[in-house]
Amino acid sequence: MADFNVSTRGVGSVNVLDLKGYLDAHTAPELEKVFNKLIDDKSYNVVVNFRDLNYISSAGLGVFMAYVETMRENKGDIKFSNMKENVYNIFDLLGFPVLYEFFKDETEALDKFKVQG
Amino acid sequence: MLKTKDKGLERVLIVKSSTDNLSVIRDFTKSSAAECGCTDEITNKIILAVDEACTNIIKHAYKFSPNGEIEVEIKLNKSKMVIDITDSGSHFDPNSVPNPNLIESQKQRRAGGLGIFLMKKLMDEVNYRILNDNRNQVELVKNLK
Repeated sequence: MADFNVSTRGVGSVNVLDLKGYLDAHTAPELEKVFNKLIDDKSYNVVVNFRDLNYISSAGLGVFMAYVETMRENKGDIKFSNMKENVYNIFDLLGFPVLYEFFKDETEALDKFKVQG
Repeated sequence: MLKTKDKGLERVLIVKSSTDNLSVIRDFTKSSAAECGCTDEITNKIILAVDEACTNIIKHAYKFSPNGEIEVEIKLNKSKMVIDITDSGSHFDPNSVPNPNLIESQKQRRAGGLGIFLMKKLMDEVNYRILNDNRNQVELVKNLK
């Protein structure tokens, strides 16, 4: 059984998702549920904190691709922070840095939302 | 099942086609790569490529039915690692899928083809064949030198 956990916390107008463990085709639906809930609640500003995420496959990457347009259409975004190098390398291999903002630290990602208002 | 041959290593894992087993497949791939003395970097690439190949089988060959079988056979000789992944589902050639267009996929809110693209990027060869018994086999090759 893959070990994965996602928890949500509010920081001002932003929802921070803390990911933990292994994000693959088995665990990706858990993350989808969280994004569906955010959209239901009209919470479109999201920072995903990857500090405790050890592994990601394309099924996990696909979740962000499926939801980011909805966030952006509603003047929000999905920003990434605290990614381990091995996880970042996969995003990089697929060209994600052109379309998404990556930050070393969660605070920087939160600050970017403040600047954007 | 562990079979050791004179010239190298050969290990086989057979699991049901449930996404639950992806972690079992990763553990098996990791321990096989470690036994071969692969670096962490190469091991991580192989683990992800095998995960993507098996995810595709679950999705496309078995259409998420958890009752099919996936056989993962890892063979090592001095210069390369060969992973043969065999299933009895619908025929599905990963090489028939075009490379993804990230911008278009994002607009359409779907992410098709990412896994296959990753497999090709991470491995030196991705081959597909239909065996005599009509099973599908994806062969992943990683050159170690």
